[in-house]
Amino acid sequence: MSRTPLDTVEHAAATPDVELPWAELGLKKDEYERVVEILGRRPTGAELAMYSVMWSEHCSYKSSKVHLRQFGEKAPQSDALLVGIGENAGVVDVGQGYAVTFKVESHNHPSYVEPYQGAATGVGGIVRDIIAMGARPVAVVDPLRFGAADHPDTKRVLPGVVAGIGGYGNCLGLPNIGGEVVFDACYQGNPLVNAGAIGVMRHEDIHLAKASGAGNKVILYGARTGGDGIGGASILASETFDDAKPSKRPAVQVGDPFQEKLLIECTLEAFQEKLVVGIQDLGAAGLSCATSELASNGSGGMRVTLDDVPLRDSTLSPEEILMSESQERMCAVVEPEKVDRFLEICDKWDVIATVIGEVTDGDRLEIFWHGGKIVDVDPRTVAHDGPVYERPYARPDWQDALQADDANKLPRPQTGEELKDQVRKLVASPNQASKKWITSQYDHFVQGNTVLAQPEDSGMIRIDEESGLGVAIATDGNGRYAKLDPYHGAQLALAEAYRNVATTGAKPLAVSDCLNFGSPEDPAVMWQFAEAVRGLADACLQLGTPVTGGNVSLYNQTGEVAIHPTPVVAVLGVIDDVARRTPVAFQEEGQLLYLLGDTREEFGGSAWSQVVHDHLGGLPPKVDLERERLLAEILISASRDGMIDSAHDLSDGGLVQAVVESALLGGKGARLVVPDGLDAFTFLFSESAGRAVVAVPRSEEVRFNDMCGARGLPVTRIGVVDGDTVDVQGEFALSLEELRTAHEETIPALLA
Amino acid sequence: MTARIGVVTFPGSLDDRDTQRAIRLAGAEPVALWHKDKNLHQVDAVVLPGGFSYGDYLRAGAISRFSPVMETVIEQAKVGLPVLGICNGFQILTEAHLLPGGMLGNDHLHFICRDQKLRVENADTAWTADYTAGQEIHIPLKNMDGRYVADPYTLDKLEAEGRVAFRYLDFNPNGSLNDIAGITNEAGNVVGLMPHPEHAVEPLVGSGRTDGLPFFTSILKKLVNA
Repeated sequence: MSRTPLDTVEHAAATPDVELPWAELGLKKDEYERVVEILGRRPTGAELAMYSVMWSEHCSYKSSKVHLRQFGEKAPQSDALLVGIGENAGVVDVGQGYAVTFKVESHNHPSYVEPYQGAATGVGGIVRDIIAMGARPVAVVDPLRFGAADHPDTKRVLPGVVAGIGGYGNCLGLPNIGGEVVFDACYQGNPLVNAGAIGVMRHEDIHLAKASGAGNKVILYGARTGGDGIGGASILASETFDDAKPSKRPAVQVGDPFQEKLLIECTLEAFQEKLVVGIQDLGAAGLSCATSELASNGSGGMRVTLDDVPLRDSTLSPEEILMSESQERMCAVVEPEKVDRFLEICDKWDVIATVIGEVTDGDRLEIFWHGGKIVDVDPRTVAHDGPVYERPYARPDWQDALQADDANKLPRPQTGEELKDQVRKLVASPNQASKKWITSQYDHFVQGNTVLAQPEDSGMIRIDEESGLGVAIATDGNGRYAKLDPYHGAQLALAEAYRNVATTGAKPLAVSDCLNFGSPEDPAVMWQFAEAVRGLADACLQLGTPVTGGNVSLYNQTGEVAIHPTPVVAVLGVIDDVARRTPVAFQEEGQLLYLLGDTREEFGGSAWSQVVHDHLGGLPPKVDLERERLLAEILISASRDGMIDSAHDLSDGGLVQAVVESALLGGKGARLVVPDGLDAFTFLFSESAGRAVVAVPRSEEVRFNDMCGARGLPVTRIGVVDGDTVDVQGEFALSLEELRTAHEETIPALLA
Repeated sequence: MTARIGVVTFPGSLDDRDTQRAIRLAGAEPVALWHKDKNLHQVDAVVLPGGFSYGDYLRAGAISRFSPVMETVIEQAKVGLPVLGICNGFQILTEAHLLPGGMLGNDHLHFICRDQKLRVENADTAWTADYTAGQEIHIPLKNMDGRYVADPYTLDKLEAEGRVAFRYLDFNPNGSLNDIAGITNEAGNVVGLMPHPEHAVEPLVGSGRTDGLPFFTSILKKLVNA
């Protein structure tokens, strides 16, 4: 097929037999037939481009949709939720007229191909989602997972990803306050680069992605459109439509954080002057997505003149322009009389802005090129009526054997000396070691409101200088737990993030998730996904924290081997006065250490089983969400009433990991006594959920114990903040100096 | 009446609002200045804040130095206007030749963010009078291009004239020559440093210390008493 004549709607209708490269674009035969049925004719090349990207797994959630519905169906009643699933990001009321928007997304595949740009544009994309809601971005977090720490390719991927996140986020002036870094061989060819962002606005500033009001102008602003990030479209562009053009363009986008910074400031200024009716960022599927979503969410149709799109490369075809994922672009709908002022603001910030179309009173999305109409569709069919699959799923046949391989039966240390060796090994293991080498490459001071940042249990940002109102965010996910039991593994991820937020003194309000799984075409993976979603939805309902949005990343697998199912859960919390926050670090010698919650022999999926035995089997720790809720209430009350001076949640690595971290951060040791009814090993290494360690000033001891007693939370005095060793009485002692060396030298030695 | 201290916003400035807050907390009045506007709006002093102005394209500070506001800042600084350059602001001051030397990429090639120990070497400038010479302080540092370099003649001159204002202690975070963290011009009205004093002004946020506040109280006292 040649480029002449232009493949207009008229031409398509007149040439029904022309073969289009729908298969190369990733559409299945029945999907293509559905497009033909919707249009009543064959699609034009441009229409095919739009349908193919918008109906892709990434944009349409076609495999996951039937499961994700549970987040809506089981959503708990929450007065805090202002905007729920379906918009660019969810919005939560945090009081005093403030609203907070937050979301986590994946940028896994590009980050493996090109670690720096993949990770950088991941930050860029999530930040634009936040701006598109009307909010000023105030912080980012980055949950990351890589292959084995000592694998040569990890040394290629990790430094590039970290530099990319830093390079982009630092340049935007966004403090990086949290996230995780996890190593596991299962992520070798499929690192997980998830990126989260938080934004703050006043309630009245919430903006939505919709184009309403006939005659309103559609303005594309930000970077020029280039040939980057076309992905599947490159096939369309370079092989099928015109052989004379530059061939295969890189499928990974290239980021320019400076441009994005200008975009943030210019968009916020336009919001402030109330110039914007609707707004959408250009991310995956670029203009195809922005125009079809804006139009389908609004009251009318839309007419766009593609010739007006500012280009970086004048040879781009209309199909490529529609599919380009060039970064740092946004699309705003503006009333005609406000267009001049909008363009003035863009000019002030040296941002290119162009009117490319207008809202019509019809119900069609029409796109023109060189005077010909190349798209004429019902935008809803592009944006919302994509295929939905009920993929077959089945519990894998190896699941029983995996669960039967009980980690509780692994050989345990028998002497104090063996315990000591294993503690040293644990805190030095890549997953448990200090990540300072990584986080020191991120700016966590900028904006001047960072109250807590990694390695605290949650990041915390002050949002009102007068009242001290603040928000906290924690992200967690444990693929090992989820592999053993995806239903409970997902719940444990939520429980841990919820607990982490409460540990710092904030009240958990809402959830965003990034669901990272293997191929949905594998029934075993699909079962993991279905179980994880069901578990997460059930747990969110029970904890009263609605899912406000998120992202699904499938096909994280190389060949037949999928990654561990890895639901990453972000919990957002609010704190009335950040002066009341509780840090991890021990503050003062002599303060009493209390263990909150029940400790059981639970070693399935534990850090100990991985570090000491390279083992994964058995069942993950038991989930008790009512206990999590009670623990959170106690931690929040104790913080508000000044009963505790430091607190640390217990999770991977168990109690000893938590105590070592608190000791090293505070520069003060601890004397621990193994409580009655527990053996030293279980006391130190168990990963039972629903627990935390707190340091209580002696003056508060009675009051704190009374509170826990009255509310029925088990509380055990386990020692005192003291000296310069971590001393488990009768077993062993390790000096802080030795622990610091073990804890802090691992990552630089592997990666620097 | 208090002092009016201008903070310039360039495209890509990041710590401009934080610097305004620090000025306010010190008791002075922050005034936002725009890079395209030559008019300094009657301010008594100017801070060039941190960030990545113009994306650090070409070289950190190299483009900003030519912005309209800098024409006036350069002209006025030469006749005594107090000017403080923080991080990217320091880079701009060296590009503008208000301070000697220049900044290269950190020797370890990574961005670095840490609470950095410094020694105040010169407490006689417009921006450091509230410190005492020899005082040890902690100020957050966060940059990619923080390695201070100058030719041997310039270094010797800076040292001989006591114009090294701040020096890194315990750990040189970027390979700066002579552990130099900040310098002043001969007159003491222009000071530049890589660390960020505006992020050490409140006990609750940032580094949790207030070691950076004297920058802003120093200038306030000087201006009010003038």
